[in-house]
Amino acid sequence: MAARVRALETILVGKGLVDPAAIDAIVEAYETKIGPRNGAHVVATAWIDPDFAAWLKTDATAAIASLGYSGRQGEHMQAVFNTESVHNLVVCTLCSCYPWSVLGLPPVWYKSPPYRSRAVIDPRSVLAEFGLDLAVGTSIRVWDSTAELRYLVIPLRPAGSDDLDPRALAGLVTRDSMIGTGLPRSPGES
Amino acid sequence: MNGPQDLGGQMGFGLVTPELDEPVFHAAWEKRALGLTLCAGAFGKWNIDESRHARESLHPADYYRSSYYEIWAKGLEALLLRHGFITAADLAAQRAVDPAPAPRRILTADNVPATLARGGPCDRPMAAPPRFAAGDRVRTRKTNRTGHTRLPRYAHDCAGMIETVHDGFVFPDANAHGEGEAQQYVYTVVFTGKELWGEAADPDFSVSVDAWESYLGPA
Repeated sequence: MAARVRALETILVGKGLVDPAAIDAIVEAYETKIGPRNGAHVVATAWIDPDFAAWLKTDATAAIASLGYSGRQGEHMQAVFNTESVHNLVVCTLCSCYPWSVLGLPPVWYKSPPYRSRAVIDPRSVLAEFGLDLAVGTSIRVWDSTAELRYLVIPLRPAGSDDLDPRALAGLVTRDSMIGTGLPRSPGES
Repeated sequence: MNGPQDLGGQMGFGLVTPELDEPVFHAAWEKRALGLTLCAGAFGKWNIDESRHARESLHPADYYRSSYYEIWAKGLEALLLRHGFITAADLAAQRAVDPAPAPRRILTADNVPATLARGGPCDRPMAAPPRFAAGDRVRTRKTNRTGHTRLPRYAHDCAGMIETVHDGFVFPDANAHGEGEAQQYVYTVVFTGKELWGEAADPDFSVSVDAWESYLGPA
């Protein structure tokens, strides 16, 4: 595959259609700027600021853009809030739709057949494979991203995090907790 | 099309295997495949729906043995050939041999941040009001379209409830095939696990899909 992709690049650059520096810039953006720290910032802000959380519920795209995150694969955002009784889980069974602007590029498991096939038919077992055993009575809501809406899970704020500053709070927010396959870390947990 | 991409509920793929401390890319060529796909998208000669259809049109055996970026690279090659930007002679020589049509736009490095930040919104104004309202009971159609579609087969002919009425959005079933944007309202439709999978399903879960209006009829 490396040779096949290299040939495509050679041909397209040779025809003057592709600027290799643009590819470098795209890669750099997703390696260094556009990743799950963006989403963690959104979640921590929602935990701290009830007005922001309310905005996130009604117009997630605008609320998230106010923190500087917008654009490709985040044009139409929806924030879904976990509660004590409902746990949200996001999947794209038909391809690998994922909120790039806040989470970056999706992990391999998210794009692979085991997750895409099973999240909609047996979500509780899938969560157990991530080490997440939900309390009895917690129902699961699965969001299959079949259109252009992109979902960000807002997990419950961990107990004992009241005194943390925004930066430390964001540090508790894992990528998986914003997909629904995990929970945020507890304060003091590494 | 209920091709290899239509994975919801299909069995036999085994356990989910998350990777600890997963890197953003696993090989240098993956970076180039991502970048090339975005750069070629900037040519303006196809849209995201045609791109998705190119990927799901891989033979199922090929699709399932390919990684995500392999699927992207193969889909990109098909799009470039279809639209004349590369030819069989170019590929055989592994260098530019034939001339190419003029793209609408060439992405330059200095434009990358703004292009990524802008994205490609696909909501569109609607002239008429939506057919359904939140709380309405609906039934999805049994479409079995042979072309591109975004109604997964597991959600065909199922009864659900409209949870949210969204804006009008470009209709992928038309847009993927050069038939225009043909925008329709999109609805978040919720189904119980039992409705989708039968009586043996976990009683305590529900699944929503985001469905274009023509996928739905009254319950």
